[in-house]
Amino acid sequence: MSGLHDLVGRSNVVVCCGSGGVGKTTGAAALGLDVARCGRRVVVVTIDPARRLADALGLPDGLTGEPQRVPVETGDGELWAMMLDAPAMFERVVRGHATDDEQAERIVTNRFYRNMATALSGTQEYMASEALHELHADDRFDLVVVDTPPSRNAIEFLEAPSVLTRFLDHKVFKLMMMPTRTGLKIFSAATQPLLNAIGRVVGSDVLGDAVAFFQAFAGMEAGFRQRADEVAELLRADDTTFVVVTSPRHDALVEAAWFGHELVERGFGVGAIVVNRLHPTFGDGTPADAHDKAATARDRDDLDLAAMWTNLGELRELAARERSEVDQLLATADTPVVEVPLLPDDVHDLESLDHLAQYLFPARRNESEPEGNG
Amino acid sequence: MTGSTPLQRLTTSRLVIVAGKGGVGKTTVTAVLARAAADAGQRVLVVELDGKPTLDGWLPDLAADDRVRHLSAGAALEEYLLDHGFRRIAKRLAKSGVIEVIGTAAPGIDNLVVLGKIKQLERSGDWDLVVVDGPAAGHAITFLTTPAGLRDAVTGGPVGEQADDVLELLADAARCSIVLVTLPETTPVNELIETADAIRERVGATLGPVVVNQIDPGPEPPDPETVDVGRLRAQVDDARAAAAFRRSRLAVQRLELDRVHAAFDDVVTLTRRPVAALGADDVAELAASFGHHDPPDDERAHDDRAPLDRNADS
Repeated sequence: MSGLHDLVGRSNVVVCCGSGGVGKTTGAAALGLDVARCGRRVVVVTIDPARRLADALGLPDGLTGEPQRVPVETGDGELWAMMLDAPAMFERVVRGHATDDEQAERIVTNRFYRNMATALSGTQEYMASEALHELHADDRFDLVVVDTPPSRNAIEFLEAPSVLTRFLDHKVFKLMMMPTRTGLKIFSAATQPLLNAIGRVVGSDVLGDAVAFFQAFAGMEAGFRQRADEVAELLRADDTTFVVVTSPRHDALVEAAWFGHELVERGFGVGAIVVNRLHPTFGDGTPADAHDKAATARDRDDLDLAAMWTNLGELRELAARERSEVDQLLATADTPVVEVPLLPDDVHDLESLDHLAQYLFPARRNESEPEGNG
Repeated sequence: MTGSTPLQRLTTSRLVIVAGKGGVGKTTVTAVLARAAADAGQRVLVVELDGKPTLDGWLPDLAADDRVRHLSAGAALEEYLLDHGFRRIAKRLAKSGVIEVIGTAAPGIDNLVVLGKIKQLERSGDWDLVVVDGPAAGHAITFLTTPAGLRDAVTGGPVGEQADDVLELLADAARCSIVLVTLPETTPVNELIETADAIRERVGATLGPVVVNQIDPGPEPPDPETVDVGRLRAQVDDARAAAAFRRSRLAVQRLELDRVHAAFDDVVTLTRRPVAALGADDVAELAASFGHHDPPDDERAHDDRAPLDRNADS
């Protein structure tokens, strides 16, 4: 189990992924807090505007698109947090690659661009990967922890860096990039039918906006392509660790098992599959033991005690069902499985983040207990 | 709302789009609502957008009768082109993947054509109820705001008309409502409230009742501090810890249910099923609860809590 702790300690990038509602954001924060307490400078990037998390971290004004120092005691380490602002990030990327302000302005004010920045599937994932690249290059931080968007398919994040280049490689784009001075009219005989066809469906203004966008883009493709390659390389680097987070729900486990396997197959480094929010078992007994004791107590007319035993039986049944799902679905996982129990309260303060961190990194918990065997 | 069943309150419009963040049970609510309506004799169509086969297994009879449809943007766009006199274009574009080509020129059109197809199903008159299992996770708001975004980018043309039609549908409370799903936990309830604001402000659609899924039905165990366990104390440590744990989780549930009730007029609950993975019979069981009349309003709040507050009241 100390594997994950060491791995994260050595990493420069940790990517938390998994389906929605499994506790990725909280897990990323707990992990970041723990590493900061080990003396490193950590920045956690979250995707959702998780207000409770901001409150828990002591940032009453919420997370913003810029890293903010989290006011917690971390010794020599530092914890920073920010929230991804995808449209703002997109604009920054465009401005970064543009040859001059005029080119950048033409792009960011284009209606096609604005629609793309908000509606193109994969844009959020793409911008998360850009943020990762930017923060990794930032001298202020030793470790970047990124919480990926809840994707329809988690693989989208891995392909995100190439969203725009795939777009640029598309033949429609190539047609639209062809030099022209007066808009559509002078497209060659070969390209015109296709563009006309598209124009008839989406309307000529839409096509006009798209053409204007792609033409404004001329000269920037090389920069975007290079960046996509750099991000792809960073995601595969030895000091990048993926952590797959799941809940004990059947469908989430199926997806986590598949995703963990897929990551390994594709050559990414997976540190662990974290099963979050498992019901605790309360001792070694079985549900039947507890129900037997409930029956005995009922026979003695001790109804309160019987209710307590029945409750224990019910919780053990829940835990046993989750256990069998986890064992069945993660039995063949090629990566370590770390289990985090469901806490009596929802995570909403530093204390509960710490609690979570102790389960994520049992090695560290044991280090502080001399008798520990971790 | 006295006298009406959850099913009646959830189906005040012909089209119901079920939405919510990932992991809250959107697909479960879609299936339960469709089951309840079908069992009440309605002609129900279920529309699924993620290509996942879960609903076919949960609603086997509807699936066998082609009443569980999986919509993809590519197929919807191709059909749209064929229906609107773009047969030759569709053929020419098909070679390069219609949706990809058109989507490159007009990002977001994939969402629009899917909503357009849903509108067509709603209009067809073939169905009393069309239930849509909305897109996963955070995509719901993007999905629903795309027509407005495209409407700004497009004037006239088939896409503009389609966007107009879809916006009209979304804004018409008699035709369309959005049912949001959440869990009785802190983060899902925060997200519910944020999503509801976004739908009211940015989509302009009508919200149906909120469904709180996975309710722990109790009963709440007694407070271990007040139970006299006498000489047995050491042997009941596990039971005492379990009781304290359950009581704490139920307190979270009560608190979060209160927040949902404070923010929304109409709230429907679904009980957690004691299984690891739901099956068709669990869906049927849950659907039965949608058909039952709720107790009158003044009793309902109490009834939600009765099993939980047993000790607090005494």
